[in-house]
Amino acid sequence: MTATKVIEAEPGKAGAPAGGASGSSVGAGLKQVLGGNLRQYGMLGALILVALFFEFASGGKMLTPSNAQNILNGNSYVLILAIGMLFVIITGQIDLSVGSVAAVVGICTALSINFWNFPWWLGILFGLFVGVVIGMWQGSWLAFVGVPGFITTLAGMMLFRGLYQYVGKASANPAPPEIRFIGGGYLPEWGPNTGLNNSTLVLGIAAMAVLIFLDFRRRARVIKAGGTPPALWVAIVRLAVTAVALGYITWLFGSGRPGTSFPVTGLILVVLALVYNFIATRTTIGRGVYAVGGNKAAAALTGVSVKKIYFLAMTNMAFLAAVAGVMYFGRATSTGPSDGVGWELDAIAAVFIGGAAVSGGIGTVTGSVIGGLVMAVLNNGLYLMGVGSDMTQIIKGLVLLIAVAFDLYSKSQGKPSIIATLARGFTPKVVEAELQAGVVPNRDLGNPLWGVLSFLLFPVGIVLWLTWRTDRPNSAKQARSGVIAALVVGALAGMIAIFYALAQTTGLFS
Amino acid sequence: MSGAILEMVGITKDFPGVRALDDVTMTVRRGEIHAICGENGAGKSTLMKVLSGVHPHGTYEGRIVFDGEDVQFTGIKSSEHVGIVIIHQELALIPELSVTENIFLGNEVVNHGVIDWVEARERAVRLLGRVGLEVDPDGPIKNLGVGQQQLVEIAKALSKDVRLLILDEPTSALNEEDSENLLSILRQLKTQGLTSIMISHKLNEIAAIADSITIIRDGHTIESLHVVAGNVNEDRIIRGMVGRALDSRFPDHTPKIGEKFFEVRDWTVEHPQIPGRLVCNHSSFYVRRGEIVGFAGLMGAGRTELARSIFGRTYGTYLGGQILLDGREVQIPNVQAAIARGISYVPEDRKVLGLNLLDNVKDTIVSAGIRRISRRTVIDPEAEIAAAEEYRKAMNIKSASINVGVSTLSGGNQQKVVLAKWMFTQPSLAILDEPTRGIDVGAKYEIYGLINRLADEGKGVIMISSELPELLGVCDRIYTVFEGRITGEMSAAEATQESLMRLMTDTAAA
Repeated sequence: MTATKVIEAEPGKAGAPAGGASGSSVGAGLKQVLGGNLRQYGMLGALILVALFFEFASGGKMLTPSNAQNILNGNSYVLILAIGMLFVIITGQIDLSVGSVAAVVGICTALSINFWNFPWWLGILFGLFVGVVIGMWQGSWLAFVGVPGFITTLAGMMLFRGLYQYVGKASANPAPPEIRFIGGGYLPEWGPNTGLNNSTLVLGIAAMAVLIFLDFRRRARVIKAGGTPPALWVAIVRLAVTAVALGYITWLFGSGRPGTSFPVTGLILVVLALVYNFIATRTTIGRGVYAVGGNKAAAALTGVSVKKIYFLAMTNMAFLAAVAGVMYFGRATSTGPSDGVGWELDAIAAVFIGGAAVSGGIGTVTGSVIGGLVMAVLNNGLYLMGVGSDMTQIIKGLVLLIAVAFDLYSKSQGKPSIIATLARGFTPKVVEAELQAGVVPNRDLGNPLWGVLSFLLFPVGIVLWLTWRTDRPNSAKQARSGVIAALVVGALAGMIAIFYALAQTTGLFS
Repeated sequence: MSGAILEMVGITKDFPGVRALDDVTMTVRRGEIHAICGENGAGKSTLMKVLSGVHPHGTYEGRIVFDGEDVQFTGIKSSEHVGIVIIHQELALIPELSVTENIFLGNEVVNHGVIDWVEARERAVRLLGRVGLEVDPDGPIKNLGVGQQQLVEIAKALSKDVRLLILDEPTSALNEEDSENLLSILRQLKTQGLTSIMISHKLNEIAAIADSITIIRDGHTIESLHVVAGNVNEDRIIRGMVGRALDSRFPDHTPKIGEKFFEVRDWTVEHPQIPGRLVCNHSSFYVRRGEIVGFAGLMGAGRTELARSIFGRTYGTYLGGQILLDGREVQIPNVQAAIARGISYVPEDRKVLGLNLLDNVKDTIVSAGIRRISRRTVIDPEAEIAAAEEYRKAMNIKSASINVGVSTLSGGNQQKVVLAKWMFTQPSLAILDEPTRGIDVGAKYEIYGLINRLADEGKGVIMISSELPELLGVCDRIYTVFEGRITGEMSAAEATQESLMRLMTDTAAA
């Protein structure tokens, strides 16, 4: 992030006199329109690129209303977990137990409704209560006993999985219709026939109105505080772009078969994302979370209660796991033996792809949600193309590994996260400019970076090849061994590239 | 110069923005104990790092002649190769490993690539005998006292066929008896022909043991003394160490001192890990409004420990004592309480304890006084920006904007950000721990000005510093601290560097 700012602040140092000057003025204009936080737009750009890629590769199956609704319905619970996981990861901890916790909450809700005859809403409240209690349990071990979060929640992962099996007795418990609505339902159809789902339409228009209101209120405040707001055209262009995007989303979700709309799960996700984004950026608790993750000792000497922050982060995580558990219970329409298995890993992957730092202190709610969506779209796209779950897992694993490795490398160089770097139009010239600006220690950066980058493109190549393969079913077996061979070679090349880069950075061989 | 084992000629070493050593020359005769004296920051440790290869050849100017040959060390291994071994102030022993394992760590007794533990143990016993240490060679290091560990370090050095042993503050962590023992071992090794260089703040020890003394001040060699039959005493060394005149390095200031408002009585605190060791020993002092009170003492004397134990008990175990604010006793059990009572503490190591280096200027400035700009935990963004801008201006922080990351600022500006962070809490008592360490002269002058302004606003200021001229130039009254006890109190007008140094080093004066 630092490096970006230096470059942007001093375009003259970019080293390309004529072209650089015109380029930077365009860049400055673009930056004004986007509102300064290029990093999040970078991740959004990566998401759009991935979606468009699969749209073409799958022959138009990706961006259809029903597929978009499926993606949201099938991933909202993971994205909600990712929001909670983000806070845990920012504090420098991790939570491995969320899948098990979600499963326990699901079964508690189900049993309370089916056996204790709780009304559906009381069942949900009971489930959320169980989640909060579990979170307080884990938070206490971390905050007050000092057991690291990794251990506490590794124990929790086994403990609550076992509890789930003990309580559930492998029984399938059906979900009442209200909970099915929460987990997989659509907004109602009403009013005149507009060609779109009217609920979705109203939501879209309301969202746009709120965005316009907020933008102009911010302008008014800046003027009132005596500052200079960005030019009016900037605001108008920004709002116009937003309007087009929102309009498209409204159309995408609203124009499906009758009875479908923007999913209820999506609505819950958006509300939670907004609330937690507010907590992260605008409250003292959010500041405390970042402070503890950034420098625990300094935070303690600044009056932040490290124990309280740990406790709150873990409790909140389990609460959101409970929300996810109830939603999944509704979506699956019944409890089942594999509820929650592996969810923690999807959530953690989403947070790290979204730009959070492994060492804590860095990460955003928006980034994590978008990171989760990148994974979801990747998953879905590969599925649409008929790629088996074996290959899908291999590709997802590689994407995560490379994303985090690249992120670590970027951070060691003081640069932003992977996707932001990619979206920024990463070229050796930028590196050169950063070197001149004195941001990066002067080392040979060209080769290892390109090594890593080319390896990043590797999964894309596999997908292309798989597409080609599906046309030739006879040679499937040959193709499979070819894919595996390519994977091994690519992985080795990538490892060497990363190792070389890290060795250079850390001066391992000097 | 057949008698010289080591000559360092014209050593000059630059760090970014600072010249740490300027044309330093030093000659060590074979078989002597050579002491290096100087204030904190005079360049002693840098000189020893040059000698031991920590700063490799090429990063400094000048020549090192060891045993008649020009040597160019590329790293610590190559200096050890010719027999120069350094023992750092922080011991480099692994607590969980045994004495034998530690002695031969990195220098294992190898037989065809396999460690010969029988032979190693045999040798360890012999080495331990040479340093007069009777401990179990198979027992773990953590069971030994600090003095014994120091001797293990020497045994480790002897195992490497050491010809020149460098000891950096070997007795700073030792009690009287252990120090005595260590010095007699050094004398004994000297009779066996070992040459050693010793850095120490304990001038009585130096006067007692050294054969020659090199005095360094501000990166220059001031003088070299040969000790013949007690011609050198502590006064003589002190004169060499501090012999510079106070010039206009400090802004003029006429103190406006009010009544006593802050008082500490009988403050007693135990070391957090070592039961029975008192880091504050019945310390009593007071501060008046508008007064700048200095705390002088050597590193490890207990000044920081005193400050931090007062600031919300963030160091050690509280055993007893009272804090009186405006004559009434108050309890300050944590940092929040300290901030609420109007006490602030600017820590000595801004990067480790003062700053979250991931944060920007704005978030850092408001972090400690965040309650002032928030209501029910929700932060008011306009108030936040206004506050950050106000304090950036007031403290003259040079940064492109308040949104710049603190990690990009210079040391002086970082320190001003930390000061701003604490001034924003509107303290009535500001404790500043080494507020000018590691920043350049210009920024120091500015910080002195800010300190004076705080006093003029009627706040009490406690300033801890290892630079005596700074204390004399800025403070109104100075306490001296030695081994956890307050050993003296002087008005700055009547204090001299010599008189302070005596109280800081000499136990008898207490």
